[in-house]
Amino acid sequence: MITILHDRTETKCADARVAGDDLWIETAQLTDATGWTLKPEGFCQGDVCVPVPPARAAEFTHDGAVNVSRLWAHLGRAIACDDTRSVWALGASASERGAALRALEAPDFTLPDLGGALHNLHAHRGKKVFLVTWASW
Amino acid sequence: MWQSLYAANKSRDFVVIAVALDVPEAARPWIEAAKPGYPCLIDRDHAVADLYGITNVPQAVWIDEVGRIVRPPENAGSSDAFRNMDRVTKQMTAAQIEERQRVKSVYVAALQDWIDKGEASRFVYSASEARARLHLPNDDTARAHAHLRLAQYLLGCGRDEEAKRQFAEASRLHPESWNIWRQGADKDATGTATSPEFWARVDALGDRPYHRTIDIDGI
Repeated sequence: MITILHDRTETKCADARVAGDDLWIETAQLTDATGWTLKPEGFCQGDVCVPVPPARAAEFTHDGAVNVSRLWAHLGRAIACDDTRSVWALGASASERGAALRALEAPDFTLPDLGGALHNLHAHRGKKVFLVTWASW
Repeated sequence: MWQSLYAANKSRDFVVIAVALDVPEAARPWIEAAKPGYPCLIDRDHAVADLYGITNVPQAVWIDEVGRIVRPPENAGSSDAFRNMDRVTKQMTAAQIEERQRVKSVYVAALQDWIDKGEASRFVYSASEARARLHLPNDDTARAHAHLRLAQYLLGCGRDEEAKRQFAEASRLHPESWNIWRQGADKDATGTATSPEFWARVDALGDRPYHRTIDIDGI
């Protein structure tokens, strides 16, 4: 069993397969696990589609499975796995994060309060927001 | 901590959003004791730190009514006075406490000025000034946050030793993040990461600040 951590989701992939640095998951689980969807034009998320070079198609898709670690590298995003290669964290792209910050548009996020109710930043449009971090440690 | 500021301004289209870069069980007693009226969110995986380039607490961002960042992440009024506290008793001298309160009050006054005057406040940065003060991520800091995410997950599964290695890797990739280092560090009986290793790391800063100096006159 492979667990994929991405944004706030944790997806269990029973049929995933690890070969070296490659993490292959069922194409049907791709959207739940990563937020991206395989389409004829490439890998898509919202309005954005990233084509796969035809000559390298076999590196990314094979027999109903997608190579998520290869996809993540192709997207320029960070990835990390545990010692047993059974838990994989899919992270962000520094250049995408940097571009968002340089635009000075406050990136949205969704987080729970102690009761588990979800809050997002965009719901506070129309107000000045003092976004402040803290920790017990 | 920000209750009085919030209470005085909440009817004026102003909100505080407090984000605990912390696990819920550690944050809970603090939130329940303070009972603030504003949203107190739990960010176990430091997603907000990853999104905004936040490296220490308290760091804050000022966001205007249309969602524009008018002051990028900066130290929200803390001072480095704690570095000279008695490290056994954790007591500070009267002068150190006064200095800490002075810095905080200058910062809060600037925040109040923005609430009162909006974009006319002298504490609101122009776009170019704001951009110049961003701490942008690089590939290593992005990878550090993926390792932190993994570490927090492993900790939740009781895989403490593996989690420790992931925290260490995260901190190696993003050494300037005190958030990552302290989240992964051993905590004392009060739940704070103020071990001898913490003080050694603070002392290794030398003349560099622990809390970045706030770019506001009088601080």
